[in-house]
Amino acid sequence: MEKAALQEALAILLPGSVADATGEWLQLQVAPEAWQQAAIVLRNDPSLLFDFLFCVTCIDWKTQLTMVYHLRSTVSGHTLVVKINLPRDRPQLYSVSGIWRTAEFNEREAFEMFGVDFLQHPDLRLLILPDGWEGRFPMRKDFEDPVNMIKL
Amino acid sequence: MPSFEYVIAFIHAWLNHQLSAGGAMLAESVLAGGCAIGLFATLGLVLVLMERKVAAVMQIRIGPNRVGPKGMFQSLADTIKLVMKEGLTPDGADKLLFNAAPFVVMITAMLLLAPIAFARKLQLWDINIGVLYISAVSSLSVLGILMAGWASNNKYSLLGAMRSGAQIVSYELSAGLSVLCIIVLCGSLRMTDIIASQQEGWWIFRGHIPAIIAFVIFMIAVTAETNRAPFDLAEAESELTAGFHTEYSGMRFALFFLAEYINMFIACAIGATLFFGGWMPFHAGHWQAFNHIMDYIPSSLWFFGKTFALIFVIMWFRWTFPRLRVDQLLNLEWKYLLPISMVNLLLVTVVAIMHWYF
Amino acid sequence: MFEELGTTEDGDLIINIGPQHPATHGVLHLVVTLQGETIKKVEPHLGYIHRSIEKMCESLSYRQFIYVTSRMDYLSSHINNHACALCVEKGLGVEVPPRAQYIRVLVDELTRIASHELWWGAMAMDLGAFTPFFHAFRERENINDIMEETCGARLTMNYIVPGGVMADIHPRFCERVKNFIALFKSKIDEYDDLVTGNIIFQNRMKGVGMLSAADAISYGCTGPTARGSGVSCDVRKLFPYEIYSGIRFSEVLECGGDSFSRYLVRMRELRESVQILEQLIDNVPAGDYQVKTKAVLKLPKGEFYQRVETARGEFGVYIVSEGGSTPYRIKFRSPGFANLSALHHMAKGGKLGDLVATMGTLDLVIPDIDR
Repeated sequence: MEKAALQEALAILLPGSVADATGEWLQLQVAPEAWQQAAIVLRNDPSLLFDFLFCVTCIDWKTQLTMVYHLRSTVSGHTLVVKINLPRDRPQLYSVSGIWRTAEFNEREAFEMFGVDFLQHPDLRLLILPDGWEGRFPMRKDFEDPVNMIKL
Repeated sequence: MPSFEYVIAFIHAWLNHQLSAGGAMLAESVLAGGCAIGLFATLGLVLVLMERKVAAVMQIRIGPNRVGPKGMFQSLADTIKLVMKEGLTPDGADKLLFNAAPFVVMITAMLLLAPIAFARKLQLWDINIGVLYISAVSSLSVLGILMAGWASNNKYSLLGAMRSGAQIVSYELSAGLSVLCIIVLCGSLRMTDIIASQQEGWWIFRGHIPAIIAFVIFMIAVTAETNRAPFDLAEAESELTAGFHTEYSGMRFALFFLAEYINMFIACAIGATLFFGGWMPFHAGHWQAFNHIMDYIPSSLWFFGKTFALIFVIMWFRWTFPRLRVDQLLNLEWKYLLPISMVNLLLVTVVAIMHWYF
Repeated sequence: MFEELGTTEDGDLIINIGPQHPATHGVLHLVVTLQGETIKKVEPHLGYIHRSIEKMCESLSYRQFIYVTSRMDYLSSHINNHACALCVEKGLGVEVPPRAQYIRVLVDELTRIASHELWWGAMAMDLGAFTPFFHAFRERENINDIMEETCGARLTMNYIVPGGVMADIHPRFCERVKNFIALFKSKIDEYDDLVTGNIIFQNRMKGVGMLSAADAISYGCTGPTARGSGVSCDVRKLFPYEIYSGIRFSEVLECGGDSFSRYLVRMRELRESVQILEQLIDNVPAGDYQVKTKAVLKLPKGEFYQRVETARGEFGVYIVSEGGSTPYRIKFRSPGFANLSALHHMAKGGKLGDLVATMGTLDLVIPDIDR
């Protein structure tokens, strides 16, 4: 589906979302409360069928956190970028690891690096960081480590 | 060419001249024991180096070539290194069994050197049940392996020892049945009789199809019995560290290591004796001139040549094939090799009764 | 290497595999729950080689961060660099001269061959055959020597930069690659003789580590892992970059979903890569090897995603830029991360020996996963 057609289809199926067609792929802003339902629609709706979640990123914009999900449909070939803004002090989001199994590891990484709490995640704990790093979120912009970080 | 029998006769006569009959017997026993230990050690060193050189050739490299000309003293250097290493006993290990296990394996290996005929009239003990003795004593090495695995107080040693025990016990059946095929053809268990019966040609040629099948099964079975690849599950490095001998270091490890190579030597020696005539030169029926020429090559050369050829084949297996999984290994034995060996035994009995061999 | 952690109430045995392995895979720590010889759960513990590359790149300029990325999937280091360079060029809007494009694809395919060879040797060694490792490295040395002559390094080359390649290829590059192609074609047949046709290998790999196509997509698997289950995901075909749209080669797909299918995919990919090299090596156009770019690169505000096909699968670089000379956020979508997440699904219910075979066919490079 072309970007314009996709934008129209999403406007109907996910009415609360805001689409942005500048850039290479269509970007969709989804509210955190609506994410669980939106994910199910994106995955299962016959005209969309986004079955391949290929990139899960978290960005720290100093005032808020943004979760970015890059989705692609292996059936129809269209790509979508879903962005969800989360408050910085208590970022919570429903986990989509039941819908796309790849999210299980990716969300653990976002949890340990940025502190995003994924609700209903089957096994939310540190993945790459060793024991002792709970509660410290190294990828956040305000992370300070006077011993290991060298500021030029 | 001076034959060994003159040397032995000379020593026998000299000892009997110097000491009483009993004393001469004792001196001869000590001498024979010393020779056996010496052979054990020398063979161990030679085989370790041979393994490394054969591996190198197959892997397009050179192998040890620094210590001594063409790396000849590498094994000696390794032995000195192993002797100087600390022999650790793990905490909680059963001290008696832990220390005794390598000796059990080594003693079994040395006992097996007794009935083998290395050359014409060079045999330690020509017992009338030669082959049965070998079969029986080689089964005792499983005890050493299980002792080592249990006494190490290490779950993975135990796992490796259990796997190894199951494997050895299973493959002994096929090995025994294939050996039995030649016994049926030959009619005697005594080693000299078996070799003498191959005066007119080796059993593998005279026994045609059943002997060849028996030989193939024998080679597979002894590769499994000596825990060599592709059946080296018990020592698979990528899965189980080092299996039953994980906790052994220093001289005790050296004994396990050497015993494995000696077992391989003995298995190939048996194969060479039963199927290829032992020290009997290559005779072709009643062609007297040809046989006479073949007789000029010393019998010890024939024996060692055949044995080392079979050892080379077993080493070839190791560096060519990947490892079998444990259930595939036992499958191979119980579902394929054992039925084939039994049918082969039946076949060879028919062949022997009807005189359908050469 | 094995260290007992304890048992659960059911009498299950929990053991560690790694983090130190004999010569393969890198520092991967798997905690395996066994019942007898059957695997109930495989849990990877990562982070032994985590170097916080993503955070580091936030303070490196767009020319500097390329050097760090070749250390991620070090067996496909050129291809990683290629992805980063393409992403930066996408942001800058520059077009790379044709000669540079040809050179980039040539070194990419050589790297793919080298990576698959090391995979082949290491996998055979995992299964117990020690000899193929030496055969693989003998051929790989040829590629390393070619790389050393042209790029200056044997493993982490840092040759592909934003704008083109860092220096022109050595005058003997084409001739050496042609000699290598001639030599290598017979070697692939030798590899098939040695390993592919061996019945013990086939028994160890057939039916082991099943991954269905739907599961592969759901777990995010790409590369030969997914293509062995029949999922068409070759980035060179689906989203062609550089000159791939003009090259004649086929995407290798197998439908078995087991380890043997993944193995066959990689073996056939070796042949496809040789085919690509043959088409390009005589036709490298003359011209510039680099387009002139400013000394300090600044990407405009926005976000850019570039994907390439490494030897392991789809490698993605996602740059979020605020207009400065360093990226605001870089995310590396590593193929191994997704492939590893499917390991539990593939290995459970099998035996310990099957886990080793499955891990071998996944072709994991742990620095790629830990970043």
